[in-house]
Amino acid sequence: MDQFLKLANPSSSKPAPTSSGGTDKPQSRSKRLDQTPWVEKYRPWGVADIVSQEEVVAVMKKCLMGEDIPNLLFYGGPGTGKTSTILAMAREMFGPNDMRERVLELNSSDERGIDVIREKVKGFSTRAVPPKRSDGQPCPAIKLVVLDEADSMTQPAQEALRRIMEKESRSTRFCLICNYISRIIDPITSRCAKFRFIPLPRTQIEAKLRSISQVEHVRISEDALGALYDVSEGDLRKAITYLQSIARLQDSDSDNLTEAAQVYEISGFIPSQVMDKLLTACQSDSYQQLDTAIRQVIAEGFSANQLLSQLHDMVLTVDILSDKQKSAVALKLANVDKRIADGGDEYINLLDMCSLLMQQVCHAQL
Amino acid sequence: MSLWVDKYRPTQLHKLDYHHALSSQLKRLVDSGDFPHLLFFGPSGAGKKTRIMCTLREMYGVGVERLRIENINIQTPSNKKIELTTINSNHHIEFNPSDAGIYDRVVVQEVLKNIAQMHTLDTGSQRGFKVVVLNEVDKLTREAQHSLRRTMEKYSSNCRLILCCNSTGKVISPIRSRCLGIRVPAPSHEEISRILHYVCKKEGVVLPTELSGRIAEMSRRNLRRALLMVEACRVQQHPMSPEQSIPLPDWEQYIKQTADLILMEQSPKQLLEVRSRVYELMAHVIPADVIMKYLLEELVKSCDGSMKAEVITAAAEFEHRIHLGSKPIFHIEAFVAKFMSMYKRFLEEGLGNLQDIEMDF
Repeated sequence: MDQFLKLANPSSSKPAPTSSGGTDKPQSRSKRLDQTPWVEKYRPWGVADIVSQEEVVAVMKKCLMGEDIPNLLFYGGPGTGKTSTILAMAREMFGPNDMRERVLELNSSDERGIDVIREKVKGFSTRAVPPKRSDGQPCPAIKLVVLDEADSMTQPAQEALRRIMEKESRSTRFCLICNYISRIIDPITSRCAKFRFIPLPRTQIEAKLRSISQVEHVRISEDALGALYDVSEGDLRKAITYLQSIARLQDSDSDNLTEAAQVYEISGFIPSQVMDKLLTACQSDSYQQLDTAIRQVIAEGFSANQLLSQLHDMVLTVDILSDKQKSAVALKLANVDKRIADGGDEYINLLDMCSLLMQQVCHAQL
Repeated sequence: MSLWVDKYRPTQLHKLDYHHALSSQLKRLVDSGDFPHLLFFGPSGAGKKTRIMCTLREMYGVGVERLRIENINIQTPSNKKIELTTINSNHHIEFNPSDAGIYDRVVVQEVLKNIAQMHTLDTGSQRGFKVVVLNEVDKLTREAQHSLRRTMEKYSSNCRLILCCNSTGKVISPIRSRCLGIRVPAPSHEEISRILHYVCKKEGVVLPTELSGRIAEMSRRNLRRALLMVEACRVQQHPMSPEQSIPLPDWEQYIKQTADLILMEQSPKQLLEVRSRVYELMAHVIPADVIMKYLLEELVKSCDGSMKAEVITAAAEFEHRIHLGSKPIFHIEAFVAKFMSMYKRFLEEGLGNLQDIEMDF
């Protein structure tokens, strides 16, 4: 039993909540943990656990040491640790017990129109809080409003936020989190300290994955770890989700390591044989072959977006096309991508893409 | 009496006829006692739904097959009432959020959150979580998908989602990164004809090998379609002969004839004729992009190399506009008109060349 508990307790990354009192007893906790996704399980517990993003972490540490806290605006790609950072900071600042009282977390799964901003947020932010936590330790006399996925807030809601942010600055700090900063109106961005979250570098993702796979006993080869980074494109959440998927799918009886090919299969990455086949069809100058090849790709269930992005990588490096031809192909790629994003039919658009590629390859007008 | 498609739908993972590697993966997932959110994707008729049901059955036992239909009433913030039909069993709930049209965000927020927040009372049952199956996730609006994001994380301890869609391209990446993607490729021609033979044997019908091959070919690797075709063949003629014709769905034939009309004559009068046919198709709720796809397929057959590319480009452009604009018929017609002018020019050029050659003689 002891051993079991030790296993379920992620030793390195997260010190178990020793301070008096999470609601959950250790036993029920370990049972729970079994069921939570690893992404949640290995979410950084404190600011010090955050991987990468040195700049942000440095500022957060300063804030925790008692410096003034500005309103914050975090932006960057998915899976770079924006939500984790602010939650970790709040937990360290207010302690796990006061989180509920002092932090209002709103995201796009909550109704977040102008009414909510006017009533809920305003009501929350006007309340005053004492400068110490319920366990007696000192903390800044502020509350935190976290607006996750702020780029999906409506324009009027953002407008309504402007004045609230200034007026309540004595007692409340706002933290806005978004993927695209361009969707946040200027008056808001100028009121916040902006932090960009960069995609995580290869070494750090691999290191994190390695430590998790050791704790969880995932048998995975070094190649596959590299492949995990390739498909995640710097998104740690994606990488960890894939890692867990691999662990779930592994046969517990055999000792085989998971190889890179399996990683690609799970991520929906199109195998290079399929792509080569498509390229050969493009070189054949036969519409019939091209049509069959495309139908095959679609029937195999690969997504058009994935195909386009891989085609793009391929076109860049392939040497059967001149620079001028490549630019023509790139132009078409952009067009087709836009059409698919707008909901266009995948088959017609891929056909359009590849027939242009075929023309450029076979009937070059130099 | 039910259709063969439903009658011979496998209900257990080990009875699935193809993608055995996938079945054993799913089996392992279930055996581990827990699974992440799943995203099944693949072309239609590949067996996504069958696999989902098999997985559930493997997990909860026969209980999931006792289904009942329930109606949920929801009120949007703008006081509009929406009715949503769900299919429930004791262990799972299945619904189609895109049924609510542009209000799908409310459905996701309200219904899903309600379901997710309720803890399972019966802790003695096998699993501590319940399963929600969402169909056609790719048809959800972007806002609805965004509101799904946090719900998925927050309630992951007592609720698992199984999402099902045709193409992952239209599912936003934050959702994709939260799910274990399961690709269900369409069955190959051989697999289809093997299953056809198996079903026919069970039904006590003789299926000529040649016919099954042809049906597999025509089914576009869609197993459901193939099974329906076989049943149609058997209704048409019993016993079946190797060279009997395979009945196509009548709308497909109709589109084919329309394409023939376009190729026959290119004039405003003919355009009018085509228009009424397109209207007819739309009146029978054939989706505009399907019409476009089939039309293109037929028309391209009678074009030569460079013109093919031109036609495809035009089709892609007009098909895109269908999605942006409000009335699809405009864009289909525009495509037809464009094709007519291209085809006519092509014919005239061909004729001109021919005359030049004659002059040389």
